[in-house]
This record gives sequence, structure tokens and C-alpha cells, in this order.
Amino acid sequence: MAMLEIKDLEVYYGMIQAIKGVSFEVNKGEVIALIGANGAGKTTILHTITGLLAPKKGTVTFEGKNITKVPGHKIVSMGMAHVPEGRRVFANLTVLQNLKLGAYTRKDKKEIDETLEMIYKHFPRLEERKNQLAGTLSGGEQQMLAMGRALMSHPQIILMDEPSMGLSPIFVNEIFDIIKEVSKSGTTVLLVEQNAKKALSIADRAYVLETGNIVMEGRADTLLNDDSVKKAYLGE
Amino acid sequence: MSFIQYLINGISLGSVYALIALGYTMVYGIAKMLNFAHGDVIMVGAFTVYTLCSTLGLPPAVGILVAVVLCTCLGISIEKVAYKPLRKAASPLAVLITAIGVSYLLQNAVLLIFGADTKAFTSVVPIEPIKLADGQISISGETLVTVLVCLVIMVSLILFINKSKVGQAMLAVSEDKGAAQLMGINVNSTIAITFAIGSALAAVAGVLYCSAYPSLTPYTGSMPGIKAFVAAVFGGIGSIPGAFIGGILLGIIETFGKAYISSQLSDAIVFGVLIVVLLVKPSGLLGKNIQEKV
Repeated sequence: MAMLEIKDLEVYYGMIQAIKGVSFEVNKGEVIALIGANGAGKTTILHTITGLLAPKKGTVTFEGKNITKVPGHKIVSMGMAHVPEGRRVFANLTVLQNLKLGAYTRKDKKEIDETLEMIYKHFPRLEERKNQLAGTLSGGEQQMLAMGRALMSHPQIILMDEPSMGLSPIFVNEIFDIIKEVSKSGTTVLLVEQNAKKALSIADRAYVLETGNIVMEGRADTLLNDDSVKKAYLGE
Repeated sequence: MSFIQYLINGISLGSVYALIALGYTMVYGIAKMLNFAHGDVIMVGAFTVYTLCSTLGLPPAVGILVAVVLCTCLGISIEKVAYKPLRKAASPLAVLITAIGVSYLLQNAVLLIFGADTKAFTSVVPIEPIKLADGQISISGETLVTVLVCLVIMVSLILFINKSKVGQAMLAVSEDKGAAQLMGINVNSTIAITFAIGSALAAVAGVLYCSAYPSLTPYTGSMPGIKAFVAAVFGGIGSIPGAFIGGILLGIIETFGKAYISSQLSDAIVFGVLIVVLLVKPSGLLGKNIQEKV
């Protein structure tokens, strides 16, 4: 059974249909990439999964439970974290306050501290700047904070929306290395990216999204060498 | 001597404004909306105590407790019925106009029940005034209590927001509702708690305001409400210490304006000061102006 299963999802913005019947699944331990151009519907799908948007049709099943109608704030404690597009860190709060908010649904102080230690190990820079306001961090550091904040909930699956957006090439590499580490430590990853080459290089499987439909799916290394994917998304 | 007496009167008036402004600024800071009905919640609080204590003769403590509970429920209900359905509305003006509507609704409801004539409010503060300098200066018990209550509430609010989990959730909601929800924060109940606290403060403010200025009508809340809003903007809306400082300063300015310039012009002076402050420092005295990275 898949860990996360999306079935016949249809999402509308008013009259406009953004997602036109999308189905896919994510298995435990996998890194899945959802790639596609601007406006293909990648972010909409993630927002629907974590309850920021409500679908018109279709279901989202997580660990065998239908979570389509579960209110957004209850999804985190079920084991799903979401790193939103544009990072959306709380700019007027410190790095540490941001991280602690990531553990908002957890109760055990000792466990939270252990997770915090683990995150500082992944992101030493966050420990150095823990008392700094998040708004004063650089874009790459904010991305690290957004990822660290999501990991504070100790999720089984983490959804990442365009983690490389607006970052310098050095930071992009660093972020992707961290995603690999996160995956290795046992967290399942659903990654949405415009940087298809990077995403495919770390993913196990991938789905290609075009104007609200999945047009192609398969193993990431196969897609990386597919001529039409190369032409449309890899700029080769 | 009269200067010091005016100063004390100013602080007395100002601490009432500050108390009301704390509620205004709290709701604005977290929910990002101006609750123009805040002043009328104050009036409802005062009428509750008037009914229970002045009419039915119950002890003040009971009256205050009931007023706080009633106003808290009123605040939560107003938010749920009138503001929450509009939270996703295209224009923030929709909520603002609704708030003005709620304000008139409360005024007219009380008008219907109690009538338009002025009620004499009995002070809930039993402390005798303190006389200084051979009786030339007097500090009323109401002044002492209001200033003290105001300070205690301000410090408690600051501690609550910075130290408690709910407080941190409030800060998260105030910055980004969507991201807050992704942390597992229930945005609706967090905003409801904010309104509950704001309205409970309004009840306390109402009782203390009417103890100091003991005439009560259905419109009693509207002018102090607007002045407290000015105080909150003056101090930097959204800032809790700002609301306190803004309120005290506003009370002093108003009292000095009345004493030394003209009692008819005192309100004009108050609003004139607001315009000057906004021209010089648009975010208010203690308002934050952090540039966000995009």
C-alpha cells in the first residue's frame, strides 16, 4: 500500500480548473519529484494535500486514511509536513522561535530538544543564528530554516515546494544534498521543482505535470534521458 | 501645583485610553483587523456592572466578573458571526464596514433595552483619594487602580505572548495564517482567543472608565473607543507597550489641551497630534517597520 495516494484529484480556483484529474502515489522511503512548468499545478496539488485548498473531486489517502476533508491544522500531527513555496518563515520571529513553532503539535519537551539537536546538526548555520530574526537571514538560510521548521514536527513524509527557487547555485547544491540526507534518515520526500534536472537527479520516481494533467511518469533516471523531457524541461 | 494636578488627571484619563488601546492593538496585531466595535463592548461591560451593582445591589466583584465573562462571550460571538465569514473576502474593507455595523448594532440594542437617558454609574473603587501638598493635589482611587491594572495587564500580555505556546501561535498567525496552519496551529481558534482576551480587557476598561467618569449612555463607548484607537496608532498599532505609552500621552495631551488651550478644542488637538505623528513617523512611536525579504 502506498504511503500517500492521490486519486482523480480535481481542484478549481473559482471557475477555473487548475487540476484536471490527477492521480499518483508515493511509497514509504521514496523521493518523488513532481516536475512541470510554471502554472502546471504543482503547488496547487501540494496545497490540496495539506488542506490549504479543498478539492472539488478526488481523494487524498495518507497511511490508509482518507484525509481529503481533514482540516489543515490536523494534518501535521498525522505525520505530514509541508515546506511551502517562497519559504514563508515567520520573519519577525527568531530562528529558534520559528523552529519551536514547527514542533507546535508535539508535547514531549525532551523529544523536541532531541529533534532540535538533530536539526542543528543538519543545519549548523541555524544554530549560529538561532537568536537572529528570520527576516534578516539570506534566502538560502531561510530555505534551511523552512526545512528545519518542517522537520521539527518529526514527519514521516515531507512535502517540499520549489526549495531551490531564487537561490544561488551553491545554495541549490547544498539544499539538494540536505534533501538527500533527509531521505536517507528515513523520511519520505515529495518534491515539487522547476529545476527538473536537479530534482530528477535525486528522485527515485517522477511525474511530469502539464496544465493540470500528469503527462508522463516513470523512474527518474529514465525520464532524465527521455528526449521529450530533455527538450521541454532540461533545456537540452 | 495646578500643573501637577493636570498631569495626574492626564495620566488618569490616559490609563483608561491605554487599557482600551491594549485590546485594540492586540486584536489588530494578531487578526490584522480594526475592531471598531471594541468601544461598544466597553459600554456593554459598563452596563452589565451598572445593572448588577447599581440596580440589583450585588457586590462589585461579582459585577466585574460577570461583565468580563459576558464581554468575552460577546467578543467571540461577534468574531464568529460577523468577521470570520469575511476573513477570506477580497477586500479588507468588508470587515471594517461590518465592524462599524456591529458597533451600531450594539449601541441600538442597548438603547432598546435601557433607553437613552443617562445612568449614574456607581464607582467600583472604594479607595479614598490621596491628598498631597496640603490637599492641593489629589489622586483619586480610580486613578491609582486604573494605572495599576493597566500596568499589570500590559506586562501580563507581553509575557503571555512571548512565553506561552498560545502566544507564539498568535504571533505566527499574525504573520502568515497559511504557514501557521502548516505548523498545525488552528488559525480560527487562535483568532477567537485573541478576541476573547481583547473583549475581556474591554470589560475591565469599561468598568474603570465609568468609575472615573460616572455617566453611562449607550454611546458611552464610542468616543473613548475612537480615542483609544488614536492612542494605539499613536504608539504604533500592534505594539503592546506602544498602546500603553500612546494612551498615557494622549490622556496628558488632552488634559493639558483642555486646561491651557481650550476645552472645546481639546479633541481637535488630540487628532491634530495624531496627524503630526503619522506624518513624521507613519508606523507610530514604537511601530515596527521590518522589510521582508521576498
